[in-house]
Amino acid sequence: MARAFTPKVITANHLIEGDVIYLTATDTWSRDLAEAELITDEAHAQLRLLDAQSQAATVVGAYLADAVSGDAGPEPTHFREEFRRTGPSNYAHGKQEALAHV
Amino acid sequence: MTVIVTDTGFGPDTWTAGYEGNTALDLPSDTNPVELVEQLDADVQMIRINFPSFADGRGFTIARQLRLSGYTGHIRAYGHVIADQYAMARRSGFDDVEISEDLAARQPETQWLARANWQQHNYQSRMRGGSPAAA
Amino acid sequence: MYKYNEFDAAFLAERNAQFRAQVERRIDGSLTEDEFKPLRLMNGLYLQLHAYMLRVAIPYGTLNSAQMNQLALLAEKWDKGYGHFTTRQNIQFNWPKLSDVPDMLDALAEVGMHAIQTSGNTIRNVTADHFAGAAADEIEDPRPVAELIRQWSTDHPEFQFMGRKFKIAVGGGAKDRAVLKAHDLAVRVVQNDAGEIGYQILIGGGLGRTPMIGKVINDFLPRADLLPYLEAVVSVWNQIGRRDNKYKARIKITLHEHGMDDIRARVDARFALIKPTFQGADQELFSEIEAYFAAPDFRTDSTAVFSTAYKTDPVFRSWVDTNLAEHRQDDHAIVTISIKKHGATPGDASAEQMRVMADLAAKYGYDELRISHEQNVILPHVHKSDLPAIHAKLKQHGLGTANIGLISDIIACPGMDYCALATARSIPVAEQLATRFDELKLEHDIGHLQIKISGCINACGHHHVGHIGILGLDRAGVENYQITLGGDATWSAAVGERAGPGFAYDEIIPAVERIVSAYLDIRSTPDETFLETYRRVGLAPFKAALYPEAQKKVA
Repeated sequence: MARAFTPKVITANHLIEGDVIYLTATDTWSRDLAEAELITDEAHAQLRLLDAQSQAATVVGAYLADAVSGDAGPEPTHFREEFRRTGPSNYAHGKQEALAHV
Repeated sequence: MTVIVTDTGFGPDTWTAGYEGNTALDLPSDTNPVELVEQLDADVQMIRINFPSFADGRGFTIARQLRLSGYTGHIRAYGHVIADQYAMARRSGFDDVEISEDLAARQPETQWLARANWQQHNYQSRMRGGSPAAA
Repeated sequence: MYKYNEFDAAFLAERNAQFRAQVERRIDGSLTEDEFKPLRLMNGLYLQLHAYMLRVAIPYGTLNSAQMNQLALLAEKWDKGYGHFTTRQNIQFNWPKLSDVPDMLDALAEVGMHAIQTSGNTIRNVTADHFAGAAADEIEDPRPVAELIRQWSTDHPEFQFMGRKFKIAVGGGAKDRAVLKAHDLAVRVVQNDAGEIGYQILIGGGLGRTPMIGKVINDFLPRADLLPYLEAVVSVWNQIGRRDNKYKARIKITLHEHGMDDIRARVDARFALIKPTFQGADQELFSEIEAYFAAPDFRTDSTAVFSTAYKTDPVFRSWVDTNLAEHRQDDHAIVTISIKKHGATPGDASAEQMRVMADLAAKYGYDELRISHEQNVILPHVHKSDLPAIHAKLKQHGLGTANIGLISDIIACPGMDYCALATARSIPVAEQLATRFDELKLEHDIGHLQIKISGCINACGHHHVGHIGILGLDRAGVENYQITLGGDATWSAAVGERAGPGFAYDEIIPAVERIVSAYLDIRSTPDETFLETYRRVGLAPFKAALYPEAQKKVA
């Protein structure tokens, strides 16, 4: 039996900035995982991924990443995605810096 | 239809004899250049080397080996060769590049002509006292 | 030091213009991402976890103060105020925007630097002994050869789309400080019985998934045969190296599968074809290059200031004892500046620190700096009387750490904090290890002990050749660290032995502590280094210390 489909978000890097971005339900890209569309249907996930991959002028390397529903929106299940949504652990750079400026 | 790229830009294919007879060879990128050179028929005037992907650079070594072994006929790079590789192809001993119309549309003539100056800024040529790498 | 001539400058301007156009063509769709990727990689530009990363070459690890100052400018203007020195004598900037990179490359060109072939399936940035031209044990300065190889390999038309990367290192000393045996190809300057200088060539070394120690393919290559020989090796490999599996594409696997006799026969045959295309221009070029590397006019002066400071200042004395190496001139020294302050990221220097080091080089160091594969910065020529002033300045800027060759002088790759290929973090492990052993105040008692940490199997952190190697992996979604012991990065190179099952992130520091404490118990004298002890007693006692639970079960 095929493995049951687990919820996913679509993530990529921005072509110019290189920053980690997520596809939202309204077809925009957000820098915040909490704003991503959490996809629970496999067929829909594949369609959305094709949509994302067709946007070569904006994004690089779109893929499906496992996520779960949390209090404030999708949350990562793997530590790699945790680092991607947060930034490096040795300096408060990247997304942590952006938060500090809010 | 395909497009032939030379130092003067895009043009039609003037090789009309095809690749079936004794005068031409159509080779895949995994051809062993040593065996090729050993078995090369004197009638061969055209050798076309395939690039299944632009990332497969074995064709450059094959062309180079042909030139080093004294082959003076035509060598053509065929397939997925991008404009950025034109200078590499010429410096390795290719005479021209044959690309699809789709690729020619995506990477128009100006992008190829930008590399028609392949004889300039050539470290290999400096190392060899000015003669091109393939000479 | 080599200075760009008109040809080099014109080449680089043309190359940078090409890259600027490639960025524009990626944005306008002329180049697909698949096509753009190898083009940006061969210009040093990666897309990492959080951002692009630009890897700038510091060929054979040599740079002057103007170049170091320019790196500081890049760090401040286009990055976040720092740069990361790597194990291959490069510097990496972790946060550039794609649209800024062409300007960064132009800024580098102003000081004769570039990022060409610091990545991609190309011949990579040529590395060399970081003490070249200064070490007392040297046969000949290896840098002219390295510069010749840099020029030959740059934009080589046959070798821009190979099956995998190809790394070359050059050494000229009795001791190997360039990890020669871990390179695809190593050039070692040697002298034959007739007193002639030539090159011993090794191939097939490499770390990564299948670590291999390089083997000699040619024992003595005459000087004039070097480039045609290298070209023959790379050409043969480009043709027969495997392209079906990237983990089997490096020349170490080609050598393993074909055997040395077969490879040597192919190389010799190809060499015979290539050699006639080199008719001496390369040797004239070599002579020109050599002149640039003439030793500086070493000044003579009293070393009394040094002797006094050494006697009276214990902090200075500790730094001298640890961070200095013997120079070919008795009254000079080689200074290694530690970029491994306890608790900081190994290899990271701020723009301010870069400028301080550049100023010191300009004022005291004949305007020369080096980057070591151990991720430190070196002032290769310093008169001993200047050492107290240099040390005082370094201390003010967090650069005075006295730990070269000690347990906190850790090599660590960027790991999961930055790298898209990583499977676990490296940096925090290095930071915590250095902090812990600093707290224990045992570092100097432990003596020479190299810890090397990689955050994935590709082994950028050289873990296989660390006395203690640490490899971070992803085990079922959790970071897990494997330990290898007994690796050696010198001419007696050895791949470390795996100690046993891995450790979780919060278990790895205590695990290393257990190894070190076992060593302190087992060593025959305080002078016996960790590696000597390991070679004497083997893995067993360290394994017992690492896995006390398993011992109990057996008992």
